[in-house]
Amino acid sequence: MSNELTVHGHPGVAAPDIHYEDHEVHHHKETFITKYVFSQDHKMISKQFIITGMVWAILGGLMSVLFRLQLGYPDTAFPFLEDLLGKWAKGGKIQPEFYYALVTMHGTVLVFFVLTGGLSGTFANFLIPLQIGARDMASPFLNMLSYWFFWLASVVMVSSLFVETGPASGGWTSYPPLSALGDASQGSKAGMDLWIISMALFVVSSLLGGLNYISTILNMRTKGMSMTRMPLTIWAILFTAILGVLSFPVLLSGFILLLFDRHAGTSFYLSDIFIASTQKALPNEGGSAILFQHLFWFLGHPEVYIIILPAMGLVSEVMAVNTRKPIFGYMAMVGSLFAITILAFLVWAHHMFVTGLNPFLGSVFVLLTLLIAIPSAIKVFNWITTLWKGNIRFTPAMLFAIGFVSLFISGGLTGIFLGNSTLDIHLHDTYFVIAHFHIVMGVSAFFGMFCGVYHWFPKMYGRYMNNTMAYIHFWVTLVGAYLIFWPMHYEGLAGMPRRYLDYSGWASFNQFGELNRFISTVAMVVFAVQLMFVFNFFYSIFKGRRVTSQNPWGSTTLEWTAPIRPGHGNWPGEIPEVHRWAYDYGKDGRDFIMQTEPIGDHESKH
Amino acid sequence: MSTTFLILILLLGFLITFQIAKASEYVAVLKGEKKAFESNNRINGFLMMVFLVAGLIGVYWCNELFKGKVLGEAASQHGQQIDNMLHITFIITGIVFLITQILLFWFAYKYQYSETRKSYYFPHDNRLEMIWTVIPAIALTVLVGFGLFYWFRITGDAPKDALKVEVTGKQFGWIFRYEGKDGVFGKKYYQNISDAKNNSLGLLWDDPATHDDIVVSNEMYLIVNKPVKLIINSRDVIHDVGLVHFRMKMDAVPGTPTTMWFTPLFTTEEMKKKTNNPNFEYEISCDQMCGKGHYGMKGVIKVVSEDEFILWHAKQKSNYAQVFENGEAPVKKDSTLKAVIPAPAPAALIAARN
Repeated sequence: MSNELTVHGHPGVAAPDIHYEDHEVHHHKETFITKYVFSQDHKMISKQFIITGMVWAILGGLMSVLFRLQLGYPDTAFPFLEDLLGKWAKGGKIQPEFYYALVTMHGTVLVFFVLTGGLSGTFANFLIPLQIGARDMASPFLNMLSYWFFWLASVVMVSSLFVETGPASGGWTSYPPLSALGDASQGSKAGMDLWIISMALFVVSSLLGGLNYISTILNMRTKGMSMTRMPLTIWAILFTAILGVLSFPVLLSGFILLLFDRHAGTSFYLSDIFIASTQKALPNEGGSAILFQHLFWFLGHPEVYIIILPAMGLVSEVMAVNTRKPIFGYMAMVGSLFAITILAFLVWAHHMFVTGLNPFLGSVFVLLTLLIAIPSAIKVFNWITTLWKGNIRFTPAMLFAIGFVSLFISGGLTGIFLGNSTLDIHLHDTYFVIAHFHIVMGVSAFFGMFCGVYHWFPKMYGRYMNNTMAYIHFWVTLVGAYLIFWPMHYEGLAGMPRRYLDYSGWASFNQFGELNRFISTVAMVVFAVQLMFVFNFFYSIFKGRRVTSQNPWGSTTLEWTAPIRPGHGNWPGEIPEVHRWAYDYGKDGRDFIMQTEPIGDHESKH
Repeated sequence: MSTTFLILILLLGFLITFQIAKASEYVAVLKGEKKAFESNNRINGFLMMVFLVAGLIGVYWCNELFKGKVLGEAASQHGQQIDNMLHITFIITGIVFLITQILLFWFAYKYQYSETRKSYYFPHDNRLEMIWTVIPAIALTVLVGFGLFYWFRITGDAPKDALKVEVTGKQFGWIFRYEGKDGVFGKKYYQNISDAKNNSLGLLWDDPATHDDIVVSNEMYLIVNKPVKLIINSRDVIHDVGLVHFRMKMDAVPGTPTTMWFTPLFTTEEMKKKTNNPNFEYEISCDQMCGKGHYGMKGVIKVVSEDEFILWHAKQKSNYAQVFENGEAPVKKDSTLKAVIPAPAPAALIAARN
């Protein structure tokens, strides 16, 4: 059944008037709107995701530059900030309300809109059909909706920046009661409603996308593409989608209860509250503020794997291609992805060790949390072994893949500190946490994303990105990331709390003024270099060196059997058939063997 | 002005980079793609090694630089246990960090592209994979074992003779309540809270046990070498009692009291000498985002000797006494005490009587 579908094209994929045999790039009835705006072509949708993601990344990055300015120079006034931000930077100094709005939006934007929407949206859409040999997604229409819900969520989130009382400012975790009570914080007024609405739309987008990814991977693989012949990218995306589909609904339910508490007078999260600003005691009794944290982190923790798994997949694939070696321990890599996926659901309360959680329950979560280090360690050692005795080409994508592993090690090891409840008592909510998650899921997920963009850009646009700019981008970002986040561990060990905009009033934490200035300066430089990447990206779309061969990296996977600029439907003729796994590099003295090549008579077994 | 200047410089720098980048692409075409690739590869391979060496030196240097600024001596027994755990974890993760980072960058450098090298077809090896499954598992067992050993000691029940202090967080400050001579905290109900009537915790004056409760704000007094149990509440949003010198931390959740206990080892005066800082104070920092004043939500702990504490405690006037300063007691009500029924506002009653 599935073979027939894949060979003759899926009936749901495209309108019946498209004949793949005759039309390579163009097919009729493509208007500007259907081709570039409401496109149902997975490749166009992936481009829409990455460009929207880039806009968000610039905005989110800019927010961090603004609050780093405050952290580095808490006593200095910057008149241009008042010109730019008006009352939020009265006298050239960022106001506390706005500082908290900035950190909240920075977190929300980067975690959800860039590293979930932008990363999964881009590479799941682009790679699934091309690498498993399908003409498009299982449902191109839902796929299109997934992007447009993402877009709507983005519009609502951006609009919250312009509300008079300001955007949400209770942190990206938006714990109630703070996020439930407008009287407790300005940002919990209209801004918070918009934040919840936007996140609800985002969840819808994520579910539509995720269900589509899963059904496509399970049902639409080409002839011969058994699950264990799939590239690791696809495995990683599959597990990511499963995580999202199972955990985002829980988040949504948490948000809906929050909405009820805000507007319908319910008491899910509220109890025993007296508001100082209005001098009033609220009628709500019996709710539990901690309930929200359970609901939030039941997504919130899988969310970090939703972010990092696709990056792991991209890195594994790029590493095999550029070492000219098979990825070491393919089955172990799949197994460890699976183990991480399962464990991701069982560790959420490690974010809540100091909420008054039952210590015994806490100890169970310590055990489960530290178990994740085992599959992670397997992955790291397998990547390192993949490098061993390779013949490594340092393409920009490969550099970012190596950088990813380095950052993943550094950030992963500090997770062993935080996952241990004893140490979490001291380190919880300090800069140690900031350093940990920025390295392990922030920067390293970005590295995975850059790795993917540089590697598949030729497939996306038929041109290369500029190498020199890419090399500068890589080295400045890698060095910069370590310079920014490494010293933060020391601040965290000293107990310096996060989400403070000025430490000068504290005898315990004011010893790091100079270091904070240094970090801020590096952050600005690194941000500027990201703008150069964005420039390189857009410049290369139009002016980059043209790709002249079908398979420029010498890869084995199916996307490189498609034309240089594939049209809707991907392959002009029949969909290629697969005869082997994706990692036959350097086998039997041959540089690489495409997945489409039948197994030879005298070929050695692996 | 300087901002414009800065932006101009940045733009200029960017333009130059862009021109060089473009030129190098042309040069690559002229030299031949293969040659350009090989020279790029050599440069990046070399940089891998430079990054590794410079990075390791940087890590060492950073350690030396900040050694004195982080983790002064822990001022509680629990803190010392946490520091022990930190050191164990440092050693184990440090070793892993060094081995993996060195292998990663060294392999990248060593196995960079060469025309003569053939990559080695090495798809899997069960023995190797078993080794690096078992070794991390053993290391983690050690860490979990030590961690939970300390965890249960720290979160276990407080000793019976511990001093009890009730801590309440509010936007943006701390309120502390001590038992009076009767040795119990009187009842309270949040609907009774009124800053105007000087009843910041909503104590129920109908309950005689409240009459000797001492309520102070911003400064908490503790006795050196005597365990203290904090009963932690919040009046509005979630706060967190962060005690960096004691290495302790616990959320203050409205509606759900939490507890933590520890034993301070040094008085504030001793710490001033130990840290060579005449302005040293034990600070309470709020470690859970609580609104616009979060970064300034500070409390101070004075750790004193038992005698000093008794003296301080004796000098404090109970909250009840402060409210009813003229010495008149509020009207006695016959109704039985129920925490859920708000007591009549006593000050209003007094006003009515006069």
